[in-house]
Amino acid sequence: MLYEPAQSVGSLLPSPEDGESLTVEKAIANLKTGDRGDRYYAAWWLGKFRVNGPEAIEELIAALEDEEDRTESGGYPLRRNAATALGKLGDKTAVPALIECLDCEDFYVREKAAQSLGMLGDISCVPKLMQLLEGGLASAMPIPGCPHLAQPYNGAIEALGKLGATEAIPLIEPFLAHPLELEQYGAARAMYQLTGEAQYGDRLVAALAGSQLQLRRAALSDLGAIGYLPAAEAIAETLAENSLKLISLKGLLEHHVKNKESERLSETAIHLMNLMDNLL
Amino acid sequence: MNQTTLASELIKAVEQADSSDSLIDAVEALADARLESAAPTLIAVLSYNNPGAAVAAVEGLVQLGEVAVMPLLNLLDDYNYGGRAWAIRALAEIGDPRALETLLEAAETDFSMSVRRAAAKGLGNLLWSKIPAAQVRQTQARVGKTLLLTSQDPEWVVRYASVAGLQALANAVAIEQSDIYSLLKSHFQQMLAEEQDLAVRTRVRRAMQELGR
Repeated sequence: MLYEPAQSVGSLLPSPEDGESLTVEKAIANLKTGDRGDRYYAAWWLGKFRVNGPEAIEELIAALEDEEDRTESGGYPLRRNAATALGKLGDKTAVPALIECLDCEDFYVREKAAQSLGMLGDISCVPKLMQLLEGGLASAMPIPGCPHLAQPYNGAIEALGKLGATEAIPLIEPFLAHPLELEQYGAARAMYQLTGEAQYGDRLVAALAGSQLQLRRAALSDLGAIGYLPAAEAIAETLAENSLKLISLKGLLEHHVKNKESERLSETAIHLMNLMDNLL
Repeated sequence: MNQTTLASELIKAVEQADSSDSLIDAVEALADARLESAAPTLIAVLSYNNPGAAVAAVEGLVQLGEVAVMPLLNLLDDYNYGGRAWAIRALAEIGDPRALETLLEAAETDFSMSVRRAAAKGLGNLLWSKIPAAQVRQTQARVGKTLLLTSQDPEWVVRYASVAGLQALANAVAIEQSDIYSLLKSHFQQMLAEEQDLAVRTRVRRAMQELGR
């Protein structure tokens, strides 16, 4: 579910609807010494606009240990934003600090850290991510009255899939039978990435025929992220917004043509673009 | 049942639908009947804030084609933004040149990227044969100018749609207007060199490949 289209140059520029317009210097200064709201906003802003200079990275890493900004229930809003931003900025020096965040008492900090570790592509976090899955399904059951599970299973599984951590397969596989669909999809997605077996991609295709829009949207996102070509028709036909179908097909197209830009376009690429053109 | 009775039955079913699903079913039935008198009802559905029903209504309006164009253009005076966006999508698909000004403005200035992308694609697929011969050249040049602008939109999907529109335009002008044609070709070459998004670049390659045939 982390699939995001590449950012264009135009969207890197702050626009009025994004709230207060910052400069890089001001954002970094705000993150260091601003009030609680300024720091929270600056952390988001640096990620959103992909400001990845060494100073920004250093301040964001420092913000992962913030103690000032707390929610009533003990959460760490600034740490969450900083963890998310660091995933977007692509600087691997953040990896050790993000690994430490996997022990944070705030579930959402652990979740953002797991997702960002998946994006940074450094496999040193694999053992720690695998630890989050310990206890298997028995520990991963929904908790009555709690909006989340005991651990960010989906985030950890997604990251392990992205990182190519085949050693985690036995830990991930049981989650195909999790009672929550989103956890099942996350497991199917990772299993496809780790094994290349069609049965896992096909599970996500089957999800496109489900009755809940929210779940079809999730499956579209997952299929786009893994670039599963046999899903193309089902993506074009599922009942969801064209915008989401286009992003999903974009994922298939880019996966297919990556590193083939010097070659003539294949029939498959043209077929995918025909499907996309019809959704515009 | 004659056509008038059929139309009033189907319209009544749309007006009396009491759930989202029954509304979608009723709109689909009305759209499938392809009756000219259904246009105002289909247009009204665009403002119901029911995406499933709106999709069915747009399909019905597109099938009706040019008889739906003036009612759709008249609707655009309304303030209902949701309905407006769907109406522009329908006009983009119908391709009737009476919607030209509306589509040019939507492609360049609408705040919704899904409207800009639909308008950009629609501009390339205008029914040129419906434009007086003396005005075709000038109109194609205007459309080209707008699509060159929208091909620099911040959203990848609008740039992608602009390339699709530009390809259709290039096909339309291919023989008679070699100046516009060569301008579009060199624009594609420039995009191929500068475009950051892989999918958009791939769509440009496709456009160039088709033009090269």
